Amino acid sequence: MQWTELVVFTVLFLLVTVLGFFAARWKQGSTLEHLDEWGLGGRKFGSWITWFLVGGDLYTAYTFVAVPALMFGAGAMGFYALPYTIILYPIVFLPLVRMWSVSRVHGYVTPADFVRGRYGSHWLALIIALTGILATMPYIALQLVGLEAVLRTMGLNGGGILGHLPLFIAFVVLALYTYQSGLRAPALIAFVKDGLIYLVIIVAVVYLPSKFGGWGGVFSDAQAKFDATTAPGDGTLLNANNQLQYVTLALGSALALFLYPHSLTGILASRGRKVIKRNMVALPAYSLLLGLLALLGYVAISAGVKPITNQATGRPDTNTIVPVLFGQEFPSWFAGIAFAAIGIGALVPAAIMSIAAANLWTRNIYKEYIKKDATSAQEAKQAKLASLVVKFGAVAFILFIDPQFSIDLQLIGGVMILQTLPAVAIALYTRWFHVWGMIAGWVVGMGWGMYLLYTIPNTAANKAHFGGSALPLGKLSLLGWHPFGASTVQIYVGIVAVVANLLVAVVVTLVAHKRRVPNGTDQTNPADYHVDEDSSRVKAIAAH
Amino acid sequence: MPSDPKSSLRWSNWNLLLLVPLLMLITPFFNFAKPAVFGLPFFYWYQFAFVPVGVLCVGLVFLKTRDEPVLHGDDHLAVDDLDAGTAKTTGTAKSAGSAKKKGKR
Repeated sequence: MQWTELVVFTVLFLLVTVLGFFAARWKQGSTLEHLDEWGLGGRKFGSWITWFLVGGDLYTAYTFVAVPALMFGAGAMGFYALPYTIILYPIVFLPLVRMWSVSRVHGYVTPADFVRGRYGSHWLALIIALTGILATMPYIALQLVGLEAVLRTMGLNGGGILGHLPLFIAFVVLALYTYQSGLRAPALIAFVKDGLIYLVIIVAVVYLPSKFGGWGGVFSDAQAKFDATTAPGDGTLLNANNQLQYVTLALGSALALFLYPHSLTGILASRGRKVIKRNMVALPAYSLLLGLLALLGYVAISAGVKPITNQATGRPDTNTIVPVLFGQEFPSWFAGIAFAAIGIGALVPAAIMSIAAANLWTRNIYKEYIKKDATSAQEAKQAKLASLVVKFGAVAFILFIDPQFSIDLQLIGGVMILQTLPAVAIALYTRWFHVWGMIAGWVVGMGWGMYLLYTIPNTAANKAHFGGSALPLGKLSLLGWHPFGASTVQIYVGIVAVVANLLVAVVVTLVAHKRRVPNGTDQTNPADYHVDEDSSRVKAIAAH
Repeated sequence: MPSDPKSSLRWSNWNLLLLVPLLMLITPFFNFAKPAVFGLPFFYWYQFAFVPVGVLCVGLVFLKTRDEPVLHGDDHLAVDDLDAGTAKTTGTAKSAGSAKKKGKR
């Protein structure tokens, strides 16, 4: 047991717990019994709060442990996280402000609300809501994997169900203050989380390489390690087979990120268009941080880090390499701060994700199908309860199912959420796609995407299915026809699935338009997509 | 009501700058080790260099396509016409200077 680390960690954890409960009164609105308030923090966050909130939301604890772990294991491929989070902002800059405006005019809380309003189809909205919930759930579970990596590094590495107890306690606390304070809790805690993360990573990146002969030494150690392994795909540079995978994974991830309901929650909670635009300029600061952090995966190679064996599963957990590196190279008090940074880093996104999933449940399933005349107070109550269910569902995932399963599911989740691109993102610009076109596209994209992921083995991890997201083009088959022959060049499954989705959507749309099939009613009007905070057309907050 | 896509889009040529960061997706441009800077192979520092490039491009588009403040103040007259206006919270009341739907260019 590492007591100094544990004490520092616990003190910081208690600090954010107090903040979490206090947050209910922070920037208080007229009531918390409304989704605008509980689920979106009153839709009034300014540039700074949004920067911390969205930064804390997108750059999760899991990212902070998994990306260096990928670099540690596979090399350059893991660096895709940097191009991913750089091209992200130019891509979403224009669509996001449109989404904010139309949501502000009509009081939309979730992406499925927008789809419902844009196409008047509760079926399409249901599909979007279910995809969002399914994709978000394993993502929450992954935050627990990040948190647990830290807890186990500190010595809380028990076997069996009891070994998960510290994790369980941390999550109960999180569930309680999220229940009480809603989105304000992660917004306030994000200040602490991001402050700690910046501090730790800047210190680590400046201080650690000098201990191992500078970056030059670190890179030659890494190259030597990869040369010594038999695995064909690793190395400090990309090879002929994985360049396409690198690019398509970065692009697919960038397209997917703001389709996740929790990312939109952070955007819809902001005060106005300018807040969002400023943040699109300022958020890359986190990308820089993530890029530097990724390099710590190589530093861990130089430092001779050995991943800790998870006592609950009996396998070495590579996600522990960054915590182990910090524990090994830093004085214990600073390692404690670093562990707290990662641990608290898990709480912020987990809270936002559970709120986003709860909003989807409440708005697009509960209110749509179960209790159509629910009042705003009943909606808020329902969402609070749903957030508890979602969080305990995620804990149950980790407790009773192999954590590896949630990693697989998160991989699947990325491919799934990408299939909502036509209905959520393209619909912001045009209503050309037909409802049935998008539904057909979604079915094909989901089905084919899942099937392709199922067929990918991972020989290193001794798995026959769901072994990764890199598909050799030669394996791509259209009813037995192999358009790319026996090519070994790899591509990200998500991109393949979304291309299939779009093609099917286009064909079905053309047929539907030709046959003049009704295409729902559009509640929105063109001017809605440009409305800003000071317009008279915005909907009152927490009214109705 | 069916929307007219033409009237719901506002295009500025500055928006084309948003395509520049996508250049970093062309891996053959940078998948080498030399020249290294501070021990970082070219592959790595080249991609780090795209962080400021991305910020610059998005920042320029932000500055150059800001909505022109067409209407100042008198817009609030309309608030009374909407019953919803009465419940506006204080947090949103502050005008941010740049205004609203009467597009920029």
